[in-house]
Amino acid sequence: MEFKDYYKIMGVSRDASAEEIKRAYRKLARKYHPDVSKEPDAEARFKEINEAYEVLKDPEKRAAYDQLGTRWKAGEDFRPPPDWNVGGFDFGGFEGGPTHFSDFFEALFGGASPFGTRRSPRQGFRMRGENEYARLQISLEEAYRGATRTITLQIPEPDAQGRLVTRTRTLQVRIPAGVTQGQQIRLAGQGAPGIGGGPAGDLFLEIELLAHPLFRLEGRDVYLDLPVTPWEAALGATVSVPTLGGTVDMKIPAGSQSGQKLRLRGRGLPGRSPGDQYVVLQIMTPPAHNEAAKDLYRRMAREMPFNPRSKLGV
Amino acid sequence: MSDRELSIINGVILDETVTFSFEEMCYACGIEAEELIAMVEEGLLEPHGTTPRAWRFPAASLHRALTACRLQRDLHINLAGAALALELLEELRELRARLRER
Repeated sequence: MEFKDYYKIMGVSRDASAEEIKRAYRKLARKYHPDVSKEPDAEARFKEINEAYEVLKDPEKRAAYDQLGTRWKAGEDFRPPPDWNVGGFDFGGFEGGPTHFSDFFEALFGGASPFGTRRSPRQGFRMRGENEYARLQISLEEAYRGATRTITLQIPEPDAQGRLVTRTRTLQVRIPAGVTQGQQIRLAGQGAPGIGGGPAGDLFLEIELLAHPLFRLEGRDVYLDLPVTPWEAALGATVSVPTLGGTVDMKIPAGSQSGQKLRLRGRGLPGRSPGDQYVVLQIMTPPAHNEAAKDLYRRMAREMPFNPRSKLGV
Repeated sequence: MSDRELSIINGVILDETVTFSFEEMCYACGIEAEELIAMVEEGLLEPHGTTPRAWRFPAASLHRALTACRLQRDLHINLAGAALALELLEELRELRARLRER
């Protein structure tokens, strides 16, 4: 497994005070919180920061970690020293839900999955399992067509002795066509198992749409910038336009301007009220890289004088 | 067990046609009744209906409520702070979308 340099992750020196570590943690947590951050790897970074803080905020765990000394470098293949005493660490103070730390963390501090906030089962007690929540990143094409995705979840389950252990579960989930940003998909009965024969909880998948190189999304409507020639815009034309459902022909009306929006009805994301695709025209200037082209421009200037700045009073 | 793992599970999109009752909302978010009432009192969630018994929450409330819970828990902020952060995040998202629209 990889050695993790918790000090480096937190951006603090090895002799940082508890206050400095806390300050660094708070700052990084705000920066990389998956609900707030724009960083593409926010979720992974946020987990890493929490893992580092879990160790560095606790004097006992920090001292144990410091014992490893400075021999190790981040990313190096790590094996705990033979005399390492795994476990015996207190996880009672865990904040937050079922966070899952790295193998490195578990090798050092035991596989005490952090269930500090979970209600502990009582004898003869029947309880519905807790809901599980996960984020699912999908492409715009998958949102349009629907998709089947394999997802891996860390599910807490009671073992034979009734202790909670983490089990990795792989699910194949069909994502219905027409999901949009931030929407939840509910998978009934796919959450944590119930206790004492109670029903399982549900699994909620929150959809996060990945940025698309061509299209952008607003609600169910899809936007596309479409480059056109000056003559297509001036004279009108029929041009090929990509949509999520494939290429379609679109009529550009004569006398169109840059920035004008044309609507392709029903070509957005499907749903009870399907979205539209908006095509935003962008008139491109043909390069004048030879004498003949330059002459054409000069002739246009002579024969069709036009002041695009008349509204500016100049 | 392996059958359960290999078969394809169909999800249900919680779209604008889905609403939650008070109890369903508590259950879906994994929160206590008081926490949900506090969110409504804060103006963070705006259910239809006047009394908790009559409240109906649009499915989009789920995203807001869950985000507010995570922000409170992970960033150590109170409900008012989470509500403010949510509003600013939504405004930011709208502005970004408008910026890209041009």
